[in-house]
Amino acid sequence: MRVGVLALQGDFREHLLAIESLGVQASAVKNPVELEAVDGLIIPGGESTTISKLIEIFGMLSPLRKFAATKPVLGTCAGLILLSNKVSGALADQQLIGGLPITTERNSYGGQLQSFEGQVDFVDGVSENVAFIRAPRILEHPEVEVVAKFQDEVVAVRHGTLMGASFHPELTGATHLHKLFISSFN
Amino acid sequence: MSNKNESTPLVKSGLAEMLKGGVIMDVVNAEQAIIAENAGAVAVMALERVPADIRAQGGVARMSDPDLIDEIINSVSIPVMAKARIGHFVEAQVLESLKVDYIDESEVLSPADYVNHIDKWGFNVPFVCGATNLGEALRRITEGASMIRSKGEAGTGDVSEATKHIRTILGEIRALSAKTDDELFVAAKELQAPYELVKKVAKDGKLPVVLFVAGGVATPADAAMMMQLGADGVFVGSGIFKSGNPEARAAAIVKATTMYQDADAIATASRGLGEAMVGINVSDLPAPHKLSERGW
Repeated sequence: MRVGVLALQGDFREHLLAIESLGVQASAVKNPVELEAVDGLIIPGGESTTISKLIEIFGMLSPLRKFAATKPVLGTCAGLILLSNKVSGALADQQLIGGLPITTERNSYGGQLQSFEGQVDFVDGVSENVAFIRAPRILEHPEVEVVAKFQDEVVAVRHGTLMGASFHPELTGATHLHKLFISSFN
Repeated sequence: MSNKNESTPLVKSGLAEMLKGGVIMDVVNAEQAIIAENAGAVAVMALERVPADIRAQGGVARMSDPDLIDEIINSVSIPVMAKARIGHFVEAQVLESLKVDYIDESEVLSPADYVNHIDKWGFNVPFVCGATNLGEALRRITEGASMIRSKGEAGTGDVSEATKHIRTILGEIRALSAKTDDELFVAAKELQAPYELVKKVAKDGKLPVVLFVAGGVATPADAAMMMQLGADGVFVGSGIFKSGNPEARAAAIVKATTMYQDADAIATASRGLGEAMVGINVSDLPAPHKLSERGW
């Protein structure tokens, strides 16, 4: 089993290290050929407008949509935005991968001064300290399974083989989300 | 129920982590900020004049007009950084009140204090600072900087100083990692930086914060070279909006920064960009005009 991390921009190295720390092979994915070589994909944190432009420029949009239709994909922060079916506060021409039937709002918690660390509570009882950096908020999530909450708010979800989270587990060394993601592979 | 812990060191350096592999572009108004965002910039740096104009026009360069910063913040959805003068903690207080996402305590502006830098620990907003060598980078981190950029020589379009500074910083880190534990005490003395921080850098083989390159990057190949040398990302100042076709050049520098190991992709990105900024050779600059010598 090999997990890929989309490596166009953002903190992909931290996700590669998190996956390797769980004893699973990980590799950077920058093009459609590298995408074909992995069994699942993480779309990391970064600047979502930049990542979505790079996805288009380098011909990755349709390969990523096909991949996400059948294989496991986890998106954190910018990755959550890209996996959402609807995004509020996005540029008019922002191309999304989609697949998660949720509405997400960009920079919803505010600018950098409102960025924070906090304990998220997974529905299986685990709590971990994670970072929310200019984080997106999951506004509507009628059809999806809730994976984690911060205070009373849903911050991580699952729908079929897709998972998304508002926060960054990879910055604080938290790995529970990665474990849940890996355990969903067949 | 757990609380939100804002402005922790991890949260401050965390935003810089998200900018890695990206290009941060200098902009002087909302129109340029929108061009930068559309080209794929990960953030914009708001300032009154780009370094090439500061250099050409002379005079004291200061923090931007708050109206201009507001206008830029309101025009884009990507992070907005702004520059304060070295040591000018009140300009930094004003920028924090304007809710910029990052403050650059920058040698490109005229220093306000020739002895002290800003005590950055006292702020909730994170800071990026310039450095020409490892000791300088570690002193800035000791003062609370959450991100470092090598200085280069801003406003020249000559990448040679940027090359020198990133090679110096990363070379000094490699040399530090090769030292034995008992040699690190003297290394700290020579670097003029705290021993605990020196020891951490020696052990990790990297700075504890993100390291970008700045000062003189003008072409896609310049940006890719900085990435191949080991930078986490690139600041481009005058290189974009002092060139013949800013939209095309901005997008090309973003592409080359992403595909920095792929010569074919860099070649494609370098085509049809029109005139690069004319530039000045750093070796032709009279000594008092070198911005990288500001800060210590």
